Amino acid sequence: MSGISRDEVANLARLARIEMSDAELDHLSGEMQVILGAVARVQEVAGADVPPTSHPIPVNNVVREDVVVPSLSPTDALSGAPASAEQRFKVPQILGEE
Amino acid sequence: MSLNYEQAIEKYEPTLGLEVHVELNTKSKMFCGCATEFGAEPNTQTCPVCLGLPGALPVVNKTAIESSILIGLALNCSIAPFSRFARKNYFYPDMPKNFQTSQYDEPICVNGYLDVEIETDEGAKTFRIDIERVHMEEDTGKSLHVGGSTGRIHGAEYSLLDYNRAGIPLVEIVTKIVPNTGKYAPQVARAYVAALRDILRGLKVSDVKMEQGSLRCDVNLSLSPAGSGALGTRSETKNVNSLRSVERAVSGEVVRQANRLQAGEKIVQETRHFLEESGETRPGRSKEQAEDYRYFPEPDLVPVVPDSKWIEELRKTLPEKPADRRKRLQTEWSVPEKEMTAMVNAELLDTVEETVKLGADPTKARGWWLGEISRVANEREVLATELISVAAVAEVINLINQGELTDKLARQVVEGVIAGEGTPAEVINKRGLKVVSDDGALMKAIEDAIAAQPDTAERIRGGNIPAAGALIGAVMKATGGQADAAKVRELLLKHLGQ
Amino acid sequence: MSIRNTAAQMSDALAKKEISAVELANQHYAQIEAVDKDVHAFLHLDKAGAIAQAESIDKKRAAGEKLSPLAGVPLALKDVLVQKGVPTTCGSKMLEGWRPPYDATVVTKLKDAGIVILGKTNMDEFAMGSSTENSAYGPTHNPWDLTRIPGGSGGGSSAALAAFEAPLAIGTDTGGSIRQPAAVTGTVGVKPTYGGVSRYGLVAFSSSLDQAGPCARTVLDTALLHQTIAGFDPKDSTSINHAVPDVVAAAKKKDVKGLRIGIVKQLAGEGYQKGVENKFNEAVAELVKLGAEIVEVSCPNFEYALAAYYLIAPSECSSNLARFDSMRFGLRVGDDGAKGAEEVMNLTRQAGFGREVKRRIILGTYALSSGYYDAYYGSAQKVRTLIKQDFDAAFEKCDVLVSPTAPTTAFKIGEKSNDPLAMYLNDIATIPVNMAGIGGMSLPCGLAEEDNLPVGFQIMSPAMKDDRMYLVGGALEAALLAKWGKPLLDFAPKLAGSK
Repeated sequence: MSGISRDEVANLARLARIEMSDAELDHLSGEMQVILGAVARVQEVAGADVPPTSHPIPVNNVVREDVVVPSLSPTDALSGAPASAEQRFKVPQILGEE
Repeated sequence: MSLNYEQAIEKYEPTLGLEVHVELNTKSKMFCGCATEFGAEPNTQTCPVCLGLPGALPVVNKTAIESSILIGLALNCSIAPFSRFARKNYFYPDMPKNFQTSQYDEPICVNGYLDVEIETDEGAKTFRIDIERVHMEEDTGKSLHVGGSTGRIHGAEYSLLDYNRAGIPLVEIVTKIVPNTGKYAPQVARAYVAALRDILRGLKVSDVKMEQGSLRCDVNLSLSPAGSGALGTRSETKNVNSLRSVERAVSGEVVRQANRLQAGEKIVQETRHFLEESGETRPGRSKEQAEDYRYFPEPDLVPVVPDSKWIEELRKTLPEKPADRRKRLQTEWSVPEKEMTAMVNAELLDTVEETVKLGADPTKARGWWLGEISRVANEREVLATELISVAAVAEVINLINQGELTDKLARQVVEGVIAGEGTPAEVINKRGLKVVSDDGALMKAIEDAIAAQPDTAERIRGGNIPAAGALIGAVMKATGGQADAAKVRELLLKHLGQ
Repeated sequence: MSIRNTAAQMSDALAKKEISAVELANQHYAQIEAVDKDVHAFLHLDKAGAIAQAESIDKKRAAGEKLSPLAGVPLALKDVLVQKGVPTTCGSKMLEGWRPPYDATVVTKLKDAGIVILGKTNMDEFAMGSSTENSAYGPTHNPWDLTRIPGGSGGGSSAALAAFEAPLAIGTDTGGSIRQPAAVTGTVGVKPTYGGVSRYGLVAFSSSLDQAGPCARTVLDTALLHQTIAGFDPKDSTSINHAVPDVVAAAKKKDVKGLRIGIVKQLAGEGYQKGVENKFNEAVAELVKLGAEIVEVSCPNFEYALAAYYLIAPSECSSNLARFDSMRFGLRVGDDGAKGAEEVMNLTRQAGFGREVKRRIILGTYALSSGYYDAYYGSAQKVRTLIKQDFDAAFEKCDVLVSPTAPTTAFKIGEKSNDPLAMYLNDIATIPVNMAGIGGMSLPCGLAEEDNLPVGFQIMSPAMKDDRMYLVGGALEAALLAKWGKPLLDFAPKLAGSK
């Protein structure tokens, strides 16, 4: 069982958008090592012939008709926003590509 | 010395790939019942589902699935017997759930093709574009950047988000790589997007307005040294938003990449942005580390498993293929190829056809739409159909045929309709634009003309028929152009014993 | 009428107008006032909303309107279900102060049935935990022993029932979060068949495992609540479009003669407390006395269930919890006008999520990442297939399966909080049910001799045959009541100030 490095945990934290202190990263790397060691045993029985299950109760083709239903009022839509302006959600500047 | 396009294409062979995003024109969104009107007030078309509020769950729009299947059928695809949605995980503020619900390895349609014809040095040639997949996904919200001097993102102090667009159904149509286009790569790319747009318009599944973003194209391009057969590293140019830009983006990338390769530099696999003004591309923000989208089957949705009955019912509703329709109309209307192309390029084929359906003569219908009306439309930078309705144009043409209007009068009627003076009948009334068909009134004008030019009248009596033109002109002038010239001629000649 | 009555008895008293819904609600608020400072079952009380609902029910009753059976009966709602205008935190700082603009389908059904929602109950943050210690608002205490955990994640709902703060409660169960708290508090809890109760408005932890369900002090009360909240919901694509089995009739039938009851070999032995095993075996003996037939079944792949669960649930949660990014709702940290959106997201998620939630997000992010997907998430999905196959084979030999609900009785607060793996083991007997999407019930079967704390008896029924758990549960409950002479909760020490 290959371990997980602190750098890998740091990269996961970046992907998951969670700022982590060095101490948190150190601690979590250790825990991840232990947990991954325990859960890796799923591989023991997961043969190529076993199909994966993603829905416990299989159902297909659940759809809705293309009918418009009332939306939230803009006041309700924005009611939980940490900040808003001009009937829009106000957020810190988005850096990056448009 | 940098290479131009011709030099670049001599040294390198381009390989194309095109990804087209189409906004479907369903009434409600992909996964919720919010309306999809373009241009609504911000955040008036949102709900817990498309805002990604905690606890909300998606349910798929049936019409979106059917539109996607129709697109697949029109593009000669196989419809997957089992298809699923997945989550594409990445963070972006305009994406409410911070994952996009999209199809990944189990798309709804696969393996199709579309044939496109372009003019080459050796005449018309058909290129087959293989379609890899057609899949469903959802659009993102829109951000507005406030505080920066240019409105660009950098320098903005904050951003404002409107989620009306979030969750609007999108279909992505992805080609396989398109090899062996040689120097025609730009034209092939353009012809493909144009043909695709015609198909989608014919299916009535999308507004396909590139300028409004309901059809957006990403161009993938790589070069390999001519004759090498190797596949080069590709760049992906995003959001190319007009047919002309598709063509320019391809040729621009050919030149840029060729010059890099020529200089011994490597092509970086990257996303680039097309610059409308210069026709060049610029690199997107390079990320220090690659995104990892962590796709997995969307657990909140169940598989889409279309049975053959459903697919066949949809197949029955497929309209005639645009290429077939074009050939048919060309024959029916006896129009030269060039005129046909002009109508297609002006996006007025549907309009002309509708006008003809209302009884108008095809030649006149084409003449009016592509002539006078298009001229005014171009001047004002609007669509011809936004100026005047099909019904009004058909009415005017029918009045000409009935002898109620002359061409000259008809132009005034059309001008009046465009100016908002009402229907053709109302304009005719208000402006008093009636052909003078009262024989008594006409005869008075004819007699006046003869009296004014007795020598000319004598020549006509003597058999010099072409001399009638001068008298007809005088009559027309006297009636303010409201007389039917043919009628005047007939009465005049009869009066002078001819 | 006493707050110690069952919901069914309260319903009768209300129908006979021996008590008004307002009086009943106020009695419960008085009890909450008296004991909740020690128990801490509730995160938020919605007195105004509850009394308004109670008044409206009383008015309708006075006007002779036909009301549903539970109209006017109070209920405690797990804080993971959204209720319009009422704070919904999921036990997280991330959602402190958030008032949802919509109702969960379960909440709509409760309101339509005239049920009086007293308030929102404490839970492990985003339902991740087995002790309610992971709540950002402090732990809930077990009414049997305030130094001990009430189970988790729905410890608030179970503790409220055990402390007579409410006769009914709603829980959610992803790996045992209804059943394990029921077991360690001496109450009843049911995880219905996946898709039996709508998930619309249930803040998702792990979408393919989450299921809301009823909690109460008796099997019949649980059935009455089950019937109220179950049924097809067009807003939930995974909801089952199928008639709800008659669980109330099943709970009342009390006849298990000839029923084949399977004991799962793998859900016993090592790791199970002696007293838990003893009480479980005694309950099985009661069922035998009632004429049930006992079959031993083997489910070899259950051994891998815990490992698979701790890959699937974190994977799905890493995606489900991505929306908590401070843009549209909830906490925002670090927005000083200079920082960009991405940095503010990072800081908010650092500050807003607790340790266990972060641990699972990171684990799930890893299990889904390219290069590891097949080995972890993919393999776990395969184990899921094997577990389903084990259940299918077992249900060919028997009508229901039984096991202890949890391997131990309630442990001390703080005892396992620094050992995630030891904590995860609490769910070893409850997880297989979630993996297969079938139904599971926990009901009390006695007090373990070592510590005099309640032991839970788990009944598992095939998908969409939820009535079978009620059939067995109702019969066993009656037999045990006869044996004990009074309900198990009457053996619990009286809480200070309790009415």
